[in-house]
Amino acid sequence: MKAYLMYPARDFDAEQEPPPGAAALTRDLELDTLLDAMAAGDDFLRGVARTALLCGPADPDTIIYRQQVLRDSLAKPAVVREIYGIAVQVILAERRIWWGIGSQYPETILHRSVEVMQLFMAALKLLRRIADSHAGGFCSDGFTRFFTMITKELGDDYFAAVDGHLRRLKFSGGVLVSASLGAGNAGTGHVLRTPRPARRGLAEVIGVGNRSAYTLTISDRDEAGARALSELSGRGINHVANALAQSADHILGFFRLLRTELAFYIGALNAHERLAATGGPACFPEPLPPAGAAFSAASLYDPCLALTAGTPVTGNDVSADGVSLVMITGANQGGKSTFLRSVGLAQLMMQYGMFAAAAALRASVCRGLFTHYKREEDATMTSGKLDEELARMSDIAAHITPGSLLLCNESFASTNEREGSEIARQILRAMRGAGIRVFFVTHLYDLARGCYAEPSASALFLRAERQPDGRRTFRLAVGEPLPTSHGQDVYADVFGARAGAGPPPQKDGS
Amino acid sequence: MFHSILFGDTPPAADLDSRPEPPFFHDLNLDQVTAWVTAGLGDYRLEPFFYTPLAAPGEISYRHEVFGDLAGEALLERVRAFAAGMRRVREELATARKLHYPRQRQRWFLESAATYCDAVTGLAADLRGAAITSRGFLGIREYLAGYVASDGFATLTAETTGLRADLAGVCYSMHIKGNRIRVRKYEGEDDYSEEVLAVFEKFRQGTVKDYRVRYPATQDMNHVEAGVLNLVAKLYPDEFAALDRYCERHAGYLDDTIARFDREIQFYLAYLAHIRPLQAAGLPFCFPRVSARSRQIRAEATFDLALALKLARDGEAVVTNDFHLGEGERVLVVTGPNQGGKTTLARTFGQLHHLARLGCPVPGRGAALYLCDEVYTHFEKEEDLATLSGKLHDDLVRFRDILDRATASSVIVMNEIFTSTTLDDAVFLGREMLAKIARIGALCVCVTFLDELASLDPACVSMVATVAPDNPAVRTYLVVRKPADGLAYAAALAARYGLGYDQLKGRLAS
Repeated sequence: MKAYLMYPARDFDAEQEPPPGAAALTRDLELDTLLDAMAAGDDFLRGVARTALLCGPADPDTIIYRQQVLRDSLAKPAVVREIYGIAVQVILAERRIWWGIGSQYPETILHRSVEVMQLFMAALKLLRRIADSHAGGFCSDGFTRFFTMITKELGDDYFAAVDGHLRRLKFSGGVLVSASLGAGNAGTGHVLRTPRPARRGLAEVIGVGNRSAYTLTISDRDEAGARALSELSGRGINHVANALAQSADHILGFFRLLRTELAFYIGALNAHERLAATGGPACFPEPLPPAGAAFSAASLYDPCLALTAGTPVTGNDVSADGVSLVMITGANQGGKSTFLRSVGLAQLMMQYGMFAAAAALRASVCRGLFTHYKREEDATMTSGKLDEELARMSDIAAHITPGSLLLCNESFASTNEREGSEIARQILRAMRGAGIRVFFVTHLYDLARGCYAEPSASALFLRAERQPDGRRTFRLAVGEPLPTSHGQDVYADVFGARAGAGPPPQKDGS
Repeated sequence: MFHSILFGDTPPAADLDSRPEPPFFHDLNLDQVTAWVTAGLGDYRLEPFFYTPLAAPGEISYRHEVFGDLAGEALLERVRAFAAGMRRVREELATARKLHYPRQRQRWFLESAATYCDAVTGLAADLRGAAITSRGFLGIREYLAGYVASDGFATLTAETTGLRADLAGVCYSMHIKGNRIRVRKYEGEDDYSEEVLAVFEKFRQGTVKDYRVRYPATQDMNHVEAGVLNLVAKLYPDEFAALDRYCERHAGYLDDTIARFDREIQFYLAYLAHIRPLQAAGLPFCFPRVSARSRQIRAEATFDLALALKLARDGEAVVTNDFHLGEGERVLVVTGPNQGGKTTLARTFGQLHHLARLGCPVPGRGAALYLCDEVYTHFEKEEDLATLSGKLHDDLVRFRDILDRATASSVIVMNEIFTSTTLDDAVFLGREMLAKIARIGALCVCVTFLDELASLDPACVSMVATVAPDNPAVRTYLVVRKPADGLAYAAALAARYGLGYDQLKGRLAS
């Protein structure tokens, strides 16, 4: 029995290693905000969502398979959450079934396995009931297959047969234990005995008047002997206990997989609800093969920013089909970093099989998504900033492949403009030549102007807008790079005066 | 009367122990220094001492003298032995506090007092003949001499010794049968352990897993052991009555001044323990001349302490540098190639000024430093989505905060500011900031890629990180006083990482 809700005929591996650069990606795209929304406080959901986001498939067919299952989930959230709840509950309940003092004793294993099996059968009956009453309302390939399997494999005859076995296996051996207590109440010199020793009533007569000795009466609970007894009496039932325990493990595996694969959709449901509450749009994107290098979106926005703000945020329209370089320039605080994040998140969410934070999106899948963002000073002091940036870019170069997407945020701004531009220019040329698409946010005017002057149709230039009065619209428009970033506006905003418009504020007493 | 080995007769502020880490610690990597120096010494709560600068040159020389005495290996060893004794006292007292049964607690308390008497008597004897000249050590010597000669201490020592001997004479035997334990004075019975083992040996069954429950060694006592102990106490009433009385009488045996000395001397020991290996590796430390008036500062063959501690662990060499500010000079502007040691020099400048006002030996062959009122740092921070504002804005806001608080007596360290904006903006903003700092009159070091700032003001002094003349890609980490020359050698660095166009093209094709 397989869940197969993530791939048409494959289990989802929640333990798989994230691809190279995943840590940087998580940080640069503020993925934690999205993961928080998907997890809704549940660490398990978070773990699955994280793996699935970072390891999204690169083929449109799987993406569409998942989109269908997610559409079903959005249409019937209560049913899907109920199935998930059953899986979660049963796994939780299994864990709560106490192994006993000595988990290696066959009778303990047997006793526990019977209890676990009863729990599992009850849960499987619930799944059957849900399949019976709701299967008709689902139309995705994934759910249709799942419900058909439940109905076929878990017939009434099957349940009846299992119940019979479990009743018979509820045999318990009459094991009797005896041991003496050693110094400090530590069990020493345990002797295994067949009959249960009758300890009460064997009171010892104490010599009266002798105060050179005192007697202490202690509890007669004797755990060590019980363990020893199990060792002897357990041999006969060892084999059957083992078989039943292994079967229980197999069923537990099914529930675990079901929980994992549904967690993926529950996470998407959670995020959808949260995003809907902000008023931002969501769409099922159209995944395309890598060849066309497509990326076109309407009202594309940063879902993490929307989730943080709790209100709709400015979206951007982008039409970058067939473009190998999107260069974003313009005003500080004009929404450039936000836009870059929205591109990266849209790509990740699409490949996960989720909706995207946009009114519409059609995009080529990418083989890998990499980010190269400016970093804080290296706390380990092993390198200077440019050195560190180059080392990271070299790392990316070692892993990136044709058909990948690279997001750069103010890369190579840690050296001066002329040299930063030259380094970036050479890297961009090589990357684009190798079939890698690059979105590049930069203040390097020298670089941006140089790229703009190139007679190439495969580059798109966006600029953060700025009103004549200096206010930002947080909207990007197609436009050529301009030679200033309006730092003077920010300066005026913070220090309360335009440059040269008067003396700076005096400090008290200085 | 002697008060404190750290603060002499000037008690520190009452809030000493609740002080947070100063804001500049992280930027200057002083948080790392503090963490390394205090590692494993958590009980002493030394961090506040590193956070709390001294305000007067006299207080600084008080510590210099103590450090001077501790340069002798013999004294250092004796103080360490005392500290080890006091640590055991605390452990034994902690054990006494956490245990449940009164008679357990009493015995641990007695042991702690014995350890305390030994440690104090030992240190008093050690100091009697020691060659010490510092006010601090002369003070504690005199104090200890008086303390060990006092009636109170003599009584404590005598009673401790006597009672321990009496308790060592207590011996009892337990006869355990069924659920009863019979306790009597030890009467010379034979050891039955071997015989018992032999009796039960024949019950062993081939190679099986060991199901015996292991009873971990623990100080905790279960109720049975405690019950036995109570019976033993009945058998030896005089000894246990004496123990009762002892604990009541000596409850507060720990002397405040000695306990304070024990904590505070760790500041010296911990710092010395970390600079000793550096000194052994040839790196100089010196007692700086610290002036509250002269702003003409200098340091020869100095270095970044955090970096040196790290490199020393990795067995790597440390490059030392000189800097000075003469009459009318207040701002060091450091330019030059990336990874050339600029930031390191800036950190060194800041660290030295803080270490100087802690009264510590500072890195360098010789140094004259200014007793500043506060150190401020402005290092680049990563973008934070939560603030929903742009990086440049944040940078400027942090700048304004610094400028609002800094005085002519402050030290300001600025590292690579305004790299997120264009060259034009960066020059404009850099000029504005430096002009404001020059007006305040604070001592400042400014690391920048903007050569223009180096000659901005007569108070500015240009320093340049140098490269090896024969290979521009090789950094020397030497930062020297000379005019800014605009060389950054970034492209050579890029080539080192295989990120030149031709190199990268080849890598991406493979």
